[in-house]
Amino acid sequence: MLEIKCPYCGKRSQNEFSYGGDATIKRPQLGEEISTEDWDNFVYYRDNPRGKHSELWHHVSGCRQWFKVSRDTATHEIFDTCKMNEDFNV
Amino acid sequence: MSNSFRTTNSTGLINKDKKIYFTFNGTIYHGYEGDTLASALIANGVHLVGRSFKYHRPRGFLGVGVEEPNAMVQLHDGNKSEPNIIATEVELVEGLKAKSQNCWPSVQFDIGEINNVLNRFFPAGFYYKTFMWPKSFWMKIYEPFIRKAAGMGKAPLLPDPDRYEHNYEHCDVLVVGSGPSGLASALAAAKNGARVILAEDKPNFGGSLLTDEVTIGNMSGKEWASDTISQLKSMPNVILKKRSQVFGYYDHNMTVMIERVSDHIENPSKYTPRQRLHYIRAGEVIVSTGSIERPISFGNNDRPGIVLASAAKEYMKVYETLVGKKPIIFTNNDTAYSTALEFIKNNIEPIIVDTRDSSNGELVKEVQQKGISIKFNSGIADTKGHLKINSAIIGKLDSSKESFISEETVECDCICMSGGWTPTVHLSSQAGNKLKFNDDIDAFVPDKKRQKETAIGAANGSFTLNQSLAEGFQVGFDLSNKFTDQNNPTNSPNSNEPSYEKHEKLWCMPLPSGKKPKRFIDFQNDVAVSDVELAIREGFRSIEHVKRYTTLGMAGDQGKTSNLNGLQYVSKIEKKIVPEVGHTTFRPPYTPVTIGAIVGREVGNHYLPTRKSPIHTWHEENNAVFVAAGLWQRPRYYPRGSEDMNSAVNREAANVRKNVGICDVTTLGKIDIKGPDAPEFLNRVYTNAWLKLPVGKARYGVMLREDGMVFDDGTTSRLSENHFHMTTTTAQAANVLSHLEYYLQVVWPDLDVNVLSTTEQWSGIAVAGPKSRDLLSKLFPDVDMSNESLPFMGLVDSSIDGIKARIYRISFSGELAYEVNVESNYGLYTWKKIMEVGQSFDIQPYGTEALSTLRIEMGHVAGAELDGRTIPFDVGLNSMVSQKKDFIGKRSLSKDAFTESDRQTIVGLVPLDKKTKIPEGSHIIEDNSAVAPIPKLGHVSSSCWSVEYNNPFSIAIIKDGKNKIGKNLYAVSPLKDISIPVEVVSSHYVDPEGSRVRS
Repeated sequence: MLEIKCPYCGKRSQNEFSYGGDATIKRPQLGEEISTEDWDNFVYYRDNPRGKHSELWHHVSGCRQWFKVSRDTATHEIFDTCKMNEDFNV
Repeated sequence: MSNSFRTTNSTGLINKDKKIYFTFNGTIYHGYEGDTLASALIANGVHLVGRSFKYHRPRGFLGVGVEEPNAMVQLHDGNKSEPNIIATEVELVEGLKAKSQNCWPSVQFDIGEINNVLNRFFPAGFYYKTFMWPKSFWMKIYEPFIRKAAGMGKAPLLPDPDRYEHNYEHCDVLVVGSGPSGLASALAAAKNGARVILAEDKPNFGGSLLTDEVTIGNMSGKEWASDTISQLKSMPNVILKKRSQVFGYYDHNMTVMIERVSDHIENPSKYTPRQRLHYIRAGEVIVSTGSIERPISFGNNDRPGIVLASAAKEYMKVYETLVGKKPIIFTNNDTAYSTALEFIKNNIEPIIVDTRDSSNGELVKEVQQKGISIKFNSGIADTKGHLKINSAIIGKLDSSKESFISEETVECDCICMSGGWTPTVHLSSQAGNKLKFNDDIDAFVPDKKRQKETAIGAANGSFTLNQSLAEGFQVGFDLSNKFTDQNNPTNSPNSNEPSYEKHEKLWCMPLPSGKKPKRFIDFQNDVAVSDVELAIREGFRSIEHVKRYTTLGMAGDQGKTSNLNGLQYVSKIEKKIVPEVGHTTFRPPYTPVTIGAIVGREVGNHYLPTRKSPIHTWHEENNAVFVAAGLWQRPRYYPRGSEDMNSAVNREAANVRKNVGICDVTTLGKIDIKGPDAPEFLNRVYTNAWLKLPVGKARYGVMLREDGMVFDDGTTSRLSENHFHMTTTTAQAANVLSHLEYYLQVVWPDLDVNVLSTTEQWSGIAVAGPKSRDLLSKLFPDVDMSNESLPFMGLVDSSIDGIKARIYRISFSGELAYEVNVESNYGLYTWKKIMEVGQSFDIQPYGTEALSTLRIEMGHVAGAELDGRTIPFDVGLNSMVSQKKDFIGKRSLSKDAFTESDRQTIVGLVPLDKKTKIPEGSHIIEDNSAVAPIPKLGHVSSSCWSVEYNNPFSIAIIKDGKNKIGKNLYAVSPLKDISIPVEVVSSHYVDPEGSRVRS
């Protein structure tokens, strides 16, 4: 079980959180003209990297904040976590 | 034979003043307090404990602890019965019952032993080769046969009556194993102020210090261990746990430990758990798990009475028990001589067989000084004795040590063998440590760590006491210094132990002349040298493949005594060095763990939380039959007298259409939404327009996922300019909240909106039916309930007996209906009040079944239609989709596949005979006589008995549905083997104009 540092609450066990996928995905602007291909890339297509990955987690059984985690998908090492409006330090 | 194999000394850890009686295979024996099942049986001369897995060969004890591969027994009977328990790990307790496994009719005479005679038909890979053909034999002949033959003990068929608990712990330093290095590191870390947990698998702390003749400072090893434990006990920052096995090492330094809390207690109190599972998140883990002695492979090396030399010593020193009275010590190293000396101390002269040419080790000299001659340059070629060893064939090795020059038969009643020592690296390996091969000790040791884990002492390949203690004190101090600022090191005391000469790199004896007896490597899985040879001959090269083909090192044992001997043999045949062969993966659990302990208290009703509405007690008192809706318990229907479900549901639904019904809708998700940007936010979340919803009005809304599929629906009301009350379906309540939080926090953080779940704050009561207005007017005399004053989708605040209430005029049933919301604490009171006043209007409660009937015949969609595969068009919600604004998922709706005109869409179905109910999930087809595969038009999502028309009615989603209305099709259910001719009608079966809700 991973130990994740919520930027608001501190270190907690993984079972308090739910995973939210790739944190680098940007939703297209509302009303933006967008090709089907670009839209499909946003909705469906995700990279599945081995190694460092920026991802979203949601502290569902805690403060209910979404935040960012930089994690190694192979070793589960967590390099850093930060609030949505912050950047990773490492 | 009563305890005739006890020593006469009393220097061990058993209490000969307290007899404990137990039963093994129906015979009553006694042992003493402090015995294990294994030591007590051996003391009674019982070595034959079970039959081997594949060949059903008689097997006895090999070891004394977790390393034991053979002596697995079935413990207890009835609902406490437990299979595959290692007898060396079972503490004796009064009345204990154990029996042998994998044998029939008895362990002495086992029919399955025919497999041993036929062993040449059961080579490695036997299953893969034999059960392949004919194919038709698999299900009826092979599979049942294998199933019967498989496994060792029998799983109990009754529920486990015992109590298990889970515990979560945090500490700075977890020390696993309480041998010299473990004790030293725990002491150093604790004295330096760190929070320490020390875990020991056995009932006594001390590890090898309990059996080795050493001195530390001015104390014996045993005294130093007990002194150190008393120091640790007195420190508030230390938790000592014995009978506790750390069996798993997971990510982020999460370890899991099983504690045997009351297995050893005769009459534990009712609420004492049997076992406790500890999840320990440790800052640093010190792996001081010691080492396990290696066996040697030689002909018939698996007979009862053949044990590890270290085990024989521990039985003598700790349990005051002799594994035999005519022992042969067989070794390739010096440590086994300490076992020889222990026998000599008990006035027994062992025969010593040493593969080496000579040794000048201190212990060897001591043995020689006592006048014992040593057969150097010799090995055991074979053994005899069916149910217990009675003699060994000792051979003189030639100079290459590849064959015997001469052989002699020597009588014996046990062989104590030692092939050197294997560091117990399982936990380090589980933690991700890349092991390296240490050529000096011919074993793998931890090397490159991935987690915060440090192996010390024998587990790290440091086999001398001085080294172990030094590492322990140093590492304990260094690691604890990361957590404290005391900087207080503890010095390692001086220690003394005999010096040892090097072992010989020889773990497999040549075959005796003219014979090919099995030479076992893995006792638990019945893997012999010949199986490994065969695997390599057949082309398996990777050690992982050899492992799977032969089953070497698998199952509960995880290769504790067999792994290295297997690797060494592969490397010998392949003429590679061991590190090139590599090693297989060590997996948790290190020792078998009771399933009950893993489950803990999460059994029965505690498996999941149960959510109950505040009105639940009324439902119970009024004969409700409940149904689980997620975690919620909801009334399904309220049968009267001998009513079955169908009649009750029809009565309840018909009463709503005719008079008035009341339904508990507390479970609906409710979300409070506030902030200046709340209207804009709703406008983006829902498919329809929200900016201009007037204060005091509710609106039905549909929300999509980004992929265009309908996510949820519900009504949301505007309570004030910037304050909304959203309702969601019961099932999606939690998901909708997360969805809203995601968009507010991640996608549009610029929107000034707050959302909060208020599901549990409000109790919701639906009042539906033509008489609902009259009833509510009586309940709320101050409110003008007229259609003009409180129209459909209106809301008003009022009170009932001083309780604040909010009345929404919304309807799921399609009737004139209201929903009364009060604070949860007043839910029950309000419900009762409505029931009381409603008597004169013929009010009846209705459950989820009638609720479904009412919505289905109205054609209102619910979870069965909004199943994550439908877009608004499919379920008749296209009018809800705004063309003027963008919203979540809108772009997906213009994708090609989503705009095809013949998409599957919602329709109604009525059986032509107006009698046969259409099972939900039925397929809709056009031609009943067509040959399979028949093109499927769609499926039935919801079915009910229409109380309006008194015939069955279903909702279906079928291809080009709108253009099929009026046609006759078939609903087929292959599962129920029925085919029903149906007519396609509008999904709005009752009141398609929606006039009732607006009346």
